[in-house]
Amino acid sequence: MSGTGEQTPVPVADTGSEGQGLEPGQVPGAAVAAVPQEPGVQRFLRELLTGNLLLSVLAVLVSLVVGAVLIAVTNPQVLAASGYFFSRPGDTIAAIVSAVGGAYGSLFQGGVLDLTASDPLSALRPLLGSLGFATPLIAAGLGIAVGFRTGLFNIGGQGQILIGGAVAGWIGFALPLPAGLHLIAAVLGGLLGGALWAGIVGVLKARTGAHEVIVTIMLNYVAFYLLDYLLHTPVLQAPGSSNPKSPAELPTAVLPSLFGLPVNLGFLLAIVAVLASSWLLSRSSLGFKLRAVGENPAAARTAGIDVRRMTIVAMVVSGLLVGLAGAYQVLGQSTGGFGNDFDASIGFNAITVALLGRSRPWGVFWAGILFGVFQNGGYTMQAANGIDINIVSVVQSLIVLFIAAPPLVRTIFRLPAPGRPRRRRSKNEVRSA
Amino acid sequence: MKLELRGITKRFGALTANDRIDLVVEPGEIHCLLGENGAGKSTLMNVLYGLYQADEGEILLDDAVQRFSGPGDAMRAGIGMVHQHFMLVPVFTVAENVMLGHESTRLGGRLDLAAARARVTEISDRFGFDVDPDARIEDLPVGVQQRVEIIKALSRSAQVLVFDEPTAVLTPQETDELMAIMRQLKETGTAIVFITHKLREVREVADRITVIRLGKVVGEAEPTATNAELASLMVGREVELAVEKAPPRLGDDALVVEDLRVVDPNGITLVDGVSFTVRAGEVLAIAGVQGNGQTELTEAIFGLQTGVSGRIALDGKPLTGRSVRQVLDAGAGFVPEDRQHDGLVPEFTIAENLMLDRADGGPFVRFGALRLDDLHAFAAEKLKEFDVRAQGIHTAVGRLSGGNQQKVVLARELSRELRLFVAAQPTRGLDVGAIEFVYDRVLATRDAGIPVIVISTELDEVYALADRIAVMYRGRIVGIVPADTPRDVLGLMMAGEAPAAVAA
Repeated sequence: MSGTGEQTPVPVADTGSEGQGLEPGQVPGAAVAAVPQEPGVQRFLRELLTGNLLLSVLAVLVSLVVGAVLIAVTNPQVLAASGYFFSRPGDTIAAIVSAVGGAYGSLFQGGVLDLTASDPLSALRPLLGSLGFATPLIAAGLGIAVGFRTGLFNIGGQGQILIGGAVAGWIGFALPLPAGLHLIAAVLGGLLGGALWAGIVGVLKARTGAHEVIVTIMLNYVAFYLLDYLLHTPVLQAPGSSNPKSPAELPTAVLPSLFGLPVNLGFLLAIVAVLASSWLLSRSSLGFKLRAVGENPAAARTAGIDVRRMTIVAMVVSGLLVGLAGAYQVLGQSTGGFGNDFDASIGFNAITVALLGRSRPWGVFWAGILFGVFQNGGYTMQAANGIDINIVSVVQSLIVLFIAAPPLVRTIFRLPAPGRPRRRRSKNEVRSA
Repeated sequence: MKLELRGITKRFGALTANDRIDLVVEPGEIHCLLGENGAGKSTLMNVLYGLYQADEGEILLDDAVQRFSGPGDAMRAGIGMVHQHFMLVPVFTVAENVMLGHESTRLGGRLDLAAARARVTEISDRFGFDVDPDARIEDLPVGVQQRVEIIKALSRSAQVLVFDEPTAVLTPQETDELMAIMRQLKETGTAIVFITHKLREVREVADRITVIRLGKVVGEAEPTATNAELASLMVGREVELAVEKAPPRLGDDALVVEDLRVVDPNGITLVDGVSFTVRAGEVLAIAGVQGNGQTELTEAIFGLQTGVSGRIALDGKPLTGRSVRQVLDAGAGFVPEDRQHDGLVPEFTIAENLMLDRADGGPFVRFGALRLDDLHAFAAEKLKEFDVRAQGIHTAVGRLSGGNQQKVVLARELSRELRLFVAAQPTRGLDVGAIEFVYDRVLATRDAGIPVIVISTELDEVYALADRIAVMYRGRIVGIVPADTPRDVLGLMMAGEAPAAVAA
């Protein structure tokens, strides 16, 4: 290639032109000179503007705005004031401000900081409580994210949490072991339970090509009714009880609180899981292969990567992480014995968390904390303002909607299209070599 | 009908794909549009066909300014397009395809198939096309399918016909027939725009030649111009068309393939009893029209196919029944024909793509962890060695041009210890500069004593690289012939006829 007359090593982004066999032409010399040495600030700004982080933040904001509208139109005071809107519009506006402000105020007070508290620890108490809600969302969200990065859509979080939690819980109440060891065994049991349940899906997909979405959904039902059945048998049912509920966990198997605060060891485990997932995905050979399979299975296969094995491995890793959430629910939350609903929709909310976190481990971490705040603050909001906690679910769902439709958010905020369209494999030869 | 484009400019963001292009095509004229991949030929034609709106400039038909907001407008105005990839419904008959989109109906909405059939027969007879209106498209050879596309355009009274790289899928004989058809159409007064990057075809049929480079018209040429003149216009510098090639220093038999068969899950035989041998230090080119089993043959060698029987051995060690990993570990290097689909992960960086087939151990992985420092040093070195034009090793491969993407694939494959090198369509979609580079690398690999297989549908490429040529047709090897076999003999072999003098 020596001696071509061309001057630039600048890769020029696809221009957004669609279709094949199309030649957007080569870069004219003038445009070329401008691009290569982009100053750092400018690049940072462009990445922020076109990148995923800003979109995630905006998706949350837009959802909160829509949530505010819903709060306003369902508020009795607002409705009453709007009856005489044209004679005294100020009343309606004041009612709206008071309803929305009150709702989001108590959401903040209940989920992040209690500014009315007398000492700093009490002020922080809501946030610590939110971390408790965030812990299983982070763990399960990481599991879903690992699946996403491998190109797998694991909707089986519910089943994996139920099975993982049941195994952890059974070890916790039925196998008396020395302190320390008992907790480790129970948590490991939870991980393995989740991994087993997800691994079935991986094997079925790798061996038969069965679609993981269908299989995971169906296994959710299987897990639920299996657990329900076992809760009616002496295997899991508390002795002498007729309720479908397990005995309480032995104290040696309960996740200890950290320094007496309302947050327990599970949160530290979640942080460890974030670090481990982060290392796995970006620094390990296995993660490299998983990502290659996720981005382009055909090329991965041609490069000698065993796509089937990676499918199984990805599901197992995904299940391990989701299983941690199951173990946390049983050993950290409902320690007085579990029923058949301790998954608390975490399996599905974790999908949202993974999406909001863009399937990046630290992204999942922060998204999980945000959702923990929503959940914890939502209860306060309901109690203080009489606002249905389902508003929180609506806001969460809207976040997914806006995340899943980045062009929508971009249009709302008139953001530039990303410089590099991911996923669109352009066949264009944008410029000659 | 006279077609005139005046000052057509089309921009995509910061790129100017077409920069004030002027073009006049008279009735009864074949006007060649010559240019490299990415020069802006197809963009221009998409503007003409109403798929894009030009930012500046106008389109005139018989001196009347036209406004096309879609292909429908262009068709109504008398412009027909024969695409590189046919726009036909495979399970429909010829007549059904021809009427598709402007169906005439009888009472009660019943299709008037008889009218369509008559139309096909009429056009087919007028030009001696020999197309059966009731044949199903999927049963027809590619050359005939292309004629159906032409009939389709003519049946809508197209008076300006655009052929977009029409010869890419044809055998040399079919190409000659297409040229004859184009001349015939020209006699009847049709204005023809013929887009290509193949110099030989241009000189054969063109009345006038317009060369486009970097979105601009860089010159007009007479059909009498030499290949070298046309090529240097196209590329913008002197081009060495002939590849300097020393005679091969042959070693022992390295790759031995015996009675190889590939049967797909539906029981259709894709590779049918293929046997050949490649010696160390030679290039065996496998020629043939696209889709005659070449893809499946290479995939079988690399363990990517199921339903494989027969024997493949490299240096005496069997490769059949091995996993892709094991074949690669045996020292086989592979440039797949569809590099974006099979060769690269577009979202990965250059560095990541360079370790794609060494993700399990070797220099870049220790104790299951990536050795990123080593990888980055390696990538920086290869970037320089293979002259990959990119901002840096962390640039996503999907953002590179085709030529640079192919260099990344070559850099990856050629930096392992090879005992066999297979390159399938190694220069597809590349410009002249990158093609030279690829040829040099392939021949250097051969000269290092490695057996090389090149799969190509382009005869020029086959001649440039081959020491021996095997021709495939319908899954079989028609014959293996010396590199100096004349073009017309190879053409016949590509159509399945084994000349008497050729022994397989």
